[in-house]
Parts: sequence; C-alpha cells; structure tokens
Amino acid sequence: MSGLRLVGIRKSFGATRALASVSLAVEPGEVHALIGENGAGKSTLMKILSGAHRPDAGTMELDGAPYAPESPHDARRKGVAMIYQELNLALHLSAQENILLGMESARRGWIDHRASRERARAALAQLGYGDLALDRPAGACSIAEQQVIEIARALLAKPRVLILDEPTSSLTQADAEKLFAVVLRLRDQGVSVIYISHFLEECRCVAGRFTVLKDGETVASGAMADASLDRIVTLMTGREVSDLYPRGASHPGASVLEVRAASRAPRLRDASLSLRAGEIFGVAGLIGAGRTDLVRSVFALDELDSGEICIVGSPAVRANPRRRWDEGLGFLSENRKEEGLMLSQPIADNITLPKMTSFSRFGIVSGARQRAAAGRWIGALAIKCRDAGQPVGHLSGGNQQKVALARLLEHPARIFLLDEPTRGIDVGSKAQIYRIIGELAAEGKAVLIVSSYLPELLGLCDRIGVMCRGRLAAVKPRSDWTEEEIMRVATGNA
Amino acid sequence: MHPALKGLLSRLGPFLGLLVVIVLFSLPAETRAYFLTYHNFKIILTQTVIVAIGALGMTMIIVSGGIDLSVGSSIAFTSVVGALLIQHGWAAAAVVAATIAAGAAIGLVNGTAIAGLRVTPFIITLGTLGVARGSAKWLADNQTVNYENSPINGWMTTANPFGYSLPGGVWVAILLAVFTAVLLRKTVFGRHLFALGSNEATARLCGVPTTRLKILVYAAAGCFFGLAGLFQLSRLRQGDPTVAVGLELDIIAAVIIGGASLNGGVGGVLGSMIGALIMAVLRNGSQQMGWPTYFQEIIIGLVIIAAVFLDRLRQGRRE
Repeated sequence: MSGLRLVGIRKSFGATRALASVSLAVEPGEVHALIGENGAGKSTLMKILSGAHRPDAGTMELDGAPYAPESPHDARRKGVAMIYQELNLALHLSAQENILLGMESARRGWIDHRASRERARAALAQLGYGDLALDRPAGACSIAEQQVIEIARALLAKPRVLILDEPTSSLTQADAEKLFAVVLRLRDQGVSVIYISHFLEECRCVAGRFTVLKDGETVASGAMADASLDRIVTLMTGREVSDLYPRGASHPGASVLEVRAASRAPRLRDASLSLRAGEIFGVAGLIGAGRTDLVRSVFALDELDSGEICIVGSPAVRANPRRRWDEGLGFLSENRKEEGLMLSQPIADNITLPKMTSFSRFGIVSGARQRAAAGRWIGALAIKCRDAGQPVGHLSGGNQQKVALARLLEHPARIFLLDEPTRGIDVGSKAQIYRIIGELAAEGKAVLIVSSYLPELLGLCDRIGVMCRGRLAAVKPRSDWTEEEIMRVATGNA
Repeated sequence: MHPALKGLLSRLGPFLGLLVVIVLFSLPAETRAYFLTYHNFKIILTQTVIVAIGALGMTMIIVSGGIDLSVGSSIAFTSVVGALLIQHGWAAAAVVAATIAAGAAIGLVNGTAIAGLRVTPFIITLGTLGVARGSAKWLADNQTVNYENSPINGWMTTANPFGYSLPGGVWVAILLAVFTAVLLRKTVFGRHLFALGSNEATARLCGVPTTRLKILVYAAAGCFFGLAGLFQLSRLRQGDPTVAVGLELDIIAAVIIGGASLNGGVGGVLGSMIGALIMAVLRNGSQQMGWPTYFQEIIIGLVIIAAVFLDRLRQGRRE
C-alpha cells in the first residue's frame, strides 16, 4: 500500500493526554486538509510525523513500510518534510544559500557554485518560481517568496509527504493563490501534502480530502466535496455555525471618533471615517493597503504626516498612546507575540499594564488587587490557565488573545480598535470573541475591526469600509456588501 | 514534583549555590579553622559591598532590557571626584551627595543617549566606558588622588579583628537592597521596568512612557554606581582613576548568577545579592586555599557558565 497511514496513534505528556486515538490516511498525489481547533492535537500529531515526538501507541506506515522517525532529520531522510508557520530562514543569506543550507554541493569543503545554482534553480522551477533572483538576500524577499524558498529547500530532500502548517497566515490573498498553485503542482507530481489551516474556505480550495481532529481523536474524514463548511465547523466545535455571529439589532448613537484625511507615507493616504457609539465598523482591504497604519495612527502609535484624528469630547492636541488610553480608547495589536503581549510576564500584569497606577496606593502596587482583577476576566472569558500569575507565553494562541482583549475590557475602553482580533486562533475562541464584540456594541461601545477574514466582517459589522492603496475607498452598510464586491474594491477594480 | 515545591526550589536555586560554595570551602584542612568564623564572614560581606551596590543598579537596568558596561569607569570617576572634593575640604555628607550626583550624571548621559539616539545600550555604554575612564584620569592628572584623612575612610574597615559590628558600607548595602527590592517589585516604576524589558512594543502600546523610563533607569542606577564609587574610595583611602577596571563584568555576572535574563523582563534583587556573595565567597575561599589568582579567575568564569546553564535547564523543564 502506498501513501501515509496512521492508525490508533496515542500520545500523553505526563498526565495530559494529547492524542487519544488518531487515524489518518493520505494517498500519494493528494492534498489532505487537517482540521481542528487549537488544542485538538494537530501540533502533537505533526510533531510525531516529523520525528520530534514518538507515539505511545499506534502504527505508522509510509508506502507500505513501517515508519518510525527517530528525529526530524531522520524524518526528512525518510521522506517527510515539514514547513512551519513561522518561517526558518537565515535572512542575511541569499535565496540560493537558504535553499541549499545544510545540503550544499561541495567538493572537499569548497562550495561548487555552479552545481548549487542548478539545484536551487531546479527546485524553484518545480514550484513555478524559476525566475526568482537567487542572489537576493532572503530578508529582501517578500513573505510569499520566503515561503517558496523554504518549500524549495524541503523539495531538495525529495519528500514523499510535505506538511504545511498554516501556510497562508501571513500572506495576501494574491500570494495565497500563488501558494495554492504551488501546492497543486506538487500534488500533480505525486507528493502527498498535509495542509493545516484555520481557513476552511482555503482548505476547500486546495484539498481533496479532509480529516477533522477534536480532543485528540479523529472524529471524521472524507472527501472535501461531500462536506459543507457548516458541517465541518460543527464537527470541529460540536456547535452550529449560526451561533458564530450572534448579533441582535444595533442602535448606533452619536459619533465618537472622526478621522479626517489622515495621511502617513508611504501607506496611508487621505483616509477619512467616522465611528459611532454602539457601532461595529469593519475595515477590509489587502495587506499593505494601509489598514493597520490607519488604526495605529488613531491610537497615536504612529504619527500622521497630515490630516486629523478627533476623539469627540477631547481637545485635539498632540496625542500619545497614554493619552489615548485616558481618552477611553483601547488598541489590540495584530501581532500578539511581537507587540501585543509581554510573554514572559504574568497574565495579571499583561491585563493591568495600562492602568497600573490605579492599582497602587502611595506608589506601591497591590499585586493582590491586580490578580483579583485578572481573575475576574479569567473567569468571564474562560481563559484556560493555572492562575493569574502564570506567564502569558505558556498559554495557547486563543487564550493569549483573550488576555490581550481583557486588557481593553478591564481598562475599560469605550472605543475598541481591534486589528485582526481572531488571527491564528481556534474557532471556539473566535466564537467567544465575536460574542464579546457583539455585547460591547450592545452596551454602546464603539468597535473598529480590521480583518482579512471577510466572513467575520460580513457576519459581525454594521458598516464596512474597504481600503485600497491607503484610501478608504468605499463605506457601506454590511447588507450592501458581498465577499466578491469587497475584493473587487480592495483590488482597485471599482 | 509538586508545582509549589518546584517554584520554591527554583527560587532557592541561587541560595543553594551559595550554600554549596560555603560548605565546599569549610571542609578542607587548610581552611577549616578559619573559613566559617564570624570575622571571616565580616570580611566577605565587606568585600561584597561594592559589587553588591553596583549589582542593585545593574539589576534594574538588566530587568529593563538594557546593559551598562561603563560601571567600572563610573566607579573610578566618582571615586576620583570624591577624593578631589575631600582634598578641597568638603564635608563627608557633601562628598557623599556629590559622588552620587556624579554617578547619576553619567547614567543620565547614558540613558539620554540610548533613548535619544536609539543606539543599543551595549554600544553607548561601551563608549561611555572609555569616556568616563579617560575623564577620571584627566581629572586626577593621571595619578592617584591622596588626601590627609576623612571619616569616609572608616566606612569599609574590618581592621578590628575583635569587633563584632559590621562596617557602615555593609549596612548601607543591605538597606539599599531592601529598598531596591521594594522599588522593583512593588512600585509602578518597577513594574514598568519589567514591562519595558519584557516587551518594549507592548509597553509603548499600553501607554508606558518608555523614553522617560529608559533615561530614568540609567540615571537611578547611576546613583548606585556613584555610591559604589564612594565605597571604593573609602576602601582604598585614595582616589584611583585606574581602579575597578572590568568590575562591570563582575557586577553583570552577579546579576546573571542571580537568575536575571540578559533579554530583560526577568531578575530580582535577592538573586543578584546572592550572586554577588557567591563571587565574594569564591574569591575569599580561593585565597585561603592559597590558590593563585589565575585559578580564581578560571573558577569564577566556570561558575558563571554553570549558573546560567542550570537556570536554562530549570526553565526548559518548566515548559
């Protein structure tokens, strides 16, 4: 029998059972979507496949022979290659050097430049990127090109199974489509591709079959064409999709935030909007269209070249983030790890950082009161953790995001600026964050959401504005938009 | 292992290290008679004072994600300043204030340059290491600065072998350690330092005045370094512009042995103080064993690596 077969895989770490019973069958020349919430066991399964962990029980076969990798290196030799979500490139080395890293063509320690070049070129050509500049430093390549470089590196080992973990999480729509083409090309060359993604629409585009994991078990698998997305979401979460965007009627009030002709080189040009109390306003657009620049400028993290940002009821003076918090704004960064959270610090400190002084008396901060405040949010948002003193870095992505959001809730903010609030988190946490956002609007808070995930904008927002090349090109009520229409405006084909 | 027990063990790590070092030196025949005596510990404590006070300032800086390489030079500079002022007939209290101010001034320059020029602390303080050392030699006319007598000379003395009272410097170090521990753990300033060191972008996003905080932490640490310079002066009884070369490395080592991370956001006063003590005990014990100084240097070098490695192991296992 050919292909990859896993039956009854089990794995525990101490008392925690990560995988209870996982089965997975991937044929050669098949793209297989592996779907599941965070914590369902996908990462553990991938670590077992790529040789980082060994299963406690179960059988693994690759092309009919038992497959038991001793290490990631051994797994690569046996034909299983893995591309992680966070790319692993030496950014100062050239594309060619990155592709051949550790597998250089050499004679007695001297690099054989011509042979290296040919091999790197061949690997790129296999992916349809034969014209990529081999001498350019990887750091100067776009994220999409970097990903191709990494896949090309994996191809040098002639893998039979290629695992892609959330490959599109930092790609634009156009680049994602190029990646799909690469994946399908590899499929046609007979490679088995295991495709992990939170974007179900995307799995549907590229995968032929799927397997759903839930709580460490395989709960379903089948042909992609036979299953509706709603059905898959239900399988993943045990919850109906209609519960995902629970929004009642909205009652927008007075304007609370006015942006007039905001410009900041190079990405933000002449953007204007007005946000009302009790309203959820969505900002769509391609990555690099200036969406993040817009919200960062509103929160005074970046300075405008020209234009005006007016928080209604506050004097228009030179602002900084401190002032914005005091005016009742809160900002959720799109980048949890780099900007949003202090990963090495306790949950309590992360939640209370903007208002540390209000937990202090005569300059002495009360840790007990900080932890009590954090404890309330841990309960209210069902944040899975040991206690409020646990470092945020120990939590899963979804729980980290809830901590980041709790900071705004604790403040409490009345104007929420949320940049990609559900990026890279599981459906369960997503549903919960949607519910919170809905409740905020119902309480009369104003919410500005930037998102690349159109279904959530269409499911959640009262009005949606689409940014294109730094301008807010069109603002209309949600009912006047469709995904196609948003993409048309976003790509400048209006 | 129970998590609470594990947490306790990891907090006690540096303590255990200190205990091991003390036990090891109290066993051999050469040192058994003298090493564990009260008088010897009085000497060890007195020898720790300068590194300990420096380590207090350095702990704040390292927690905030910075580093200061100019400490040795700052100590030389401030001790020269102090000696010159004594020569000019200033009273002890005024000399104390002036040396602290001199240290703070160097820190202020460091902090302002780091925050204003946006150059990494390593480079800026590498530069001020040279500037402060050169200025010290210039001020001192490239020789030691001697003076008749001053009450300051008595603050670090262990001359009376029968006296039980600890010299003033030790008490100052202990009081400052308590003060700094409270400052770091309990005040808004201290918690903001942890935030800055853990993730500067988050700190900025959350409205922490990061620029002001950076300038403040170097200036505050500078006060400690100035005070360390004063005790250097007290110990030598003269201002020596060539003193304390490389002392910043001892001070950084003490902080790191105490469990702080050079990446910022992690560290504590208790650990740093024990780190400083471990190094002083090692020096003292080695001397009594009659080991040559090069051997002490090798041992201390290995201890730094071992301490950080053990810490890495402990953290790795926690995850």
